[in-house]
Amino acid sequence: MSQPLITFEQLSVSFAAEQGRVQAVQEVSFTIHAGQTLGIVGESGCGKSVTAMSLMGLLPPQAARIDGGAIRFQGQDLLTLNPARMADLRGNQLAMIFQEPMSALNPVLTIGEQLCEPLIRHRGESPKAAWQQAIALISRVGLARAESLMTSYPHQLSGGMLQRIMIAMALSCQPKLLIADEPTTALDVTVQAQILRLLRDQARASQMALMLITHDLGVIARMAEQVVVMYAGRVVEYGPTAEVLRNPLHPYTQGLIASRPVPGERRRRLYSIPGQVPDLAALPAFCAFFDRCERASEICRTGIPPLVGTTRQAACFHSEKVESFA
Amino acid sequence: MSSEYIIEVDALKKHFPIRDGLFGQETWQLRAVDGVSFRIRPGTIFGLVGESGSGKTTVGRTLLGLYDKTAGTIKYRGQDLSTLTAREMQALRPKIQLVFQDPYSSLNPRMRIGDAIGEALLAHKLCTRAELYDRVIAVMKICGLAPQHYPRFPHEFSGGQRQRIGIARALIFNPDFIIADEPISALDVSIQAQIINLFSDLRDDLGVTFLFISHDLGVVEHLCDDVAVMYLGQLVETASRDTLFSQPLHPYTQALLAAVPTLDPQHEPIAVIKGEIPDPSHPPSGCRFSSRCPLAETQCREAVPELREASPGHHVACHLVQQNRVGVSPDRATRFVKPATISGHQGGPDRDIIQV
Repeated sequence: MSQPLITFEQLSVSFAAEQGRVQAVQEVSFTIHAGQTLGIVGESGCGKSVTAMSLMGLLPPQAARIDGGAIRFQGQDLLTLNPARMADLRGNQLAMIFQEPMSALNPVLTIGEQLCEPLIRHRGESPKAAWQQAIALISRVGLARAESLMTSYPHQLSGGMLQRIMIAMALSCQPKLLIADEPTTALDVTVQAQILRLLRDQARASQMALMLITHDLGVIARMAEQVVVMYAGRVVEYGPTAEVLRNPLHPYTQGLIASRPVPGERRRRLYSIPGQVPDLAALPAFCAFFDRCERASEICRTGIPPLVGTTRQAACFHSEKVESFA
Repeated sequence: MSSEYIIEVDALKKHFPIRDGLFGQETWQLRAVDGVSFRIRPGTIFGLVGESGSGKTTVGRTLLGLYDKTAGTIKYRGQDLSTLTAREMQALRPKIQLVFQDPYSSLNPRMRIGDAIGEALLAHKLCTRAELYDRVIAVMKICGLAPQHYPRFPHEFSGGQRQRIGIARALIFNPDFIIADEPISALDVSIQAQIINLFSDLRDDLGVTFLFISHDLGVVEHLCDDVAVMYLGQLVETASRDTLFSQPLHPYTQALLAAVPTLDPQHEPIAVIKGEIPDPSHPPSGCRFSSRCPLAETQCREAVPELREASPGHHVACHLVQQNRVGVSPDRATRFVKPATISGHQGGPDRDIIQV
């Protein structure tokens, strides 16, 4: 296989907090190939956004510390790049869109000014050429009346339109990778379907890789070829989406799938994972899912279960048993 | 006076004034709720579904009396609430409770949660201080909280536990009727199932009736007995859960269901309707959904469709349905059935309409 576009190698990130160091991400490894869509799924605090932020070099420098590992972009370790080189990549080869388009856009600049900025900064376009390209981008993301939108301010647009503008901005320099962090969480379900469709069409059209971060397994099922399931800062399961959803190996993934209401199937009770997400400042020295796991046994307290497997990976001492069970 | 329904809402309207100009005179009205009628059977969960801006939260707040209604009647157990005196209303309040979306902002950060749960009981003089502790502990137990949680503060709890505290605060009155406004939207996925199960237990074991306001159709299908779909201040379809999810008739309901992502790899969610919900202060003429409806015709833009019975217990507000020109597809994934007589719509699973 060709060289992967992005490789996370044993990335660990911690934050300084009052209670001591918070282990936000620990030993996270996965790869994304060109044109591939990888989904990262997990609950709040599982480290999925921190993983994305460390790729973009956007971690808060005072609080965050990279404790180890590497993030390779076309073979080059992004963590060792100097800030100026990283700024050249960011918004150019690597682009990102966020959950709240309203807070990601500058409220006192017009849409046109904000769309032109990356084209001028990274592509060296003249303001005039950038303006024309920006109009084309607005049409490309399915918005009508591009000229009048160029002179509008963010508050004049709806949430769905702003998210389309964010996507247009992200696409402007033809990035190799687009990170979408909960891109549709703030949107209504009919608009969500439109935005997901747009993201997938654009990724396909330009062979752009997509790293899609979400808490919604339904979005993952629809969009991602590969899925990474994170829990308490670690990857607990990793593999092709269709297989992970059909036959999940890790008890946490199984619980997430079982706790979703199934359309057309009305069981009286939903399965619910007992307890709650552990405190990242006080993680145990063994499996972090231990307290909530139905399969937990003595071996689970002996240490952190390693992520094992090849195409399908799971971090559970019981995963072989689980596999035969499923 | 009694009734077979616990709540009857008839032609409810809530209009908000839009003020403008030098002296802040009323220049326009935002019709957040514009003629909504539904009835809720005791011991059931009634789902009110809609996108943001549809007016579903305003319905809940108006029911509770947090907003003064503009027109219409609200009956509780057959009794018109607007005919009650202030004293009677005060006596009724404990029976109707509200659970909020964001459990953190609805709790006082400096109050121990046991006191927060019991506070209102004392305010209504429904219990003495001596009995209070036992009653609070009892209701905490129902909601899955342990007695040792009593003296703790809200910040010590996770989101799911805070929502349990919010539910306990409502439940301490032994209410008949709870309005739950997006109660699980702010919670993590693994916690949502716990709260959904708690709601169904409260219905099945204690006979509590709920108005469950939500945008999440998957949860509504799982939990609710009857469902109403709301769009721009009006109901477009009401039916029992089984009917609505197996035979949705209104194009908006069909589009909503088609857009929900599922885990089925064969199921492709379809963005079948274009654009977004219009500005509620300037709704489209005629049918309010006509600006986004793929089947809309001239008549839809001219006349407002009324909510009429399509089959027993199944009400729809759509001209085309009422003229028997839109049917139901048995396949969940392809809801739209377009009889050959309807032209002008080329959309479908292969084509996404993303013009705004």
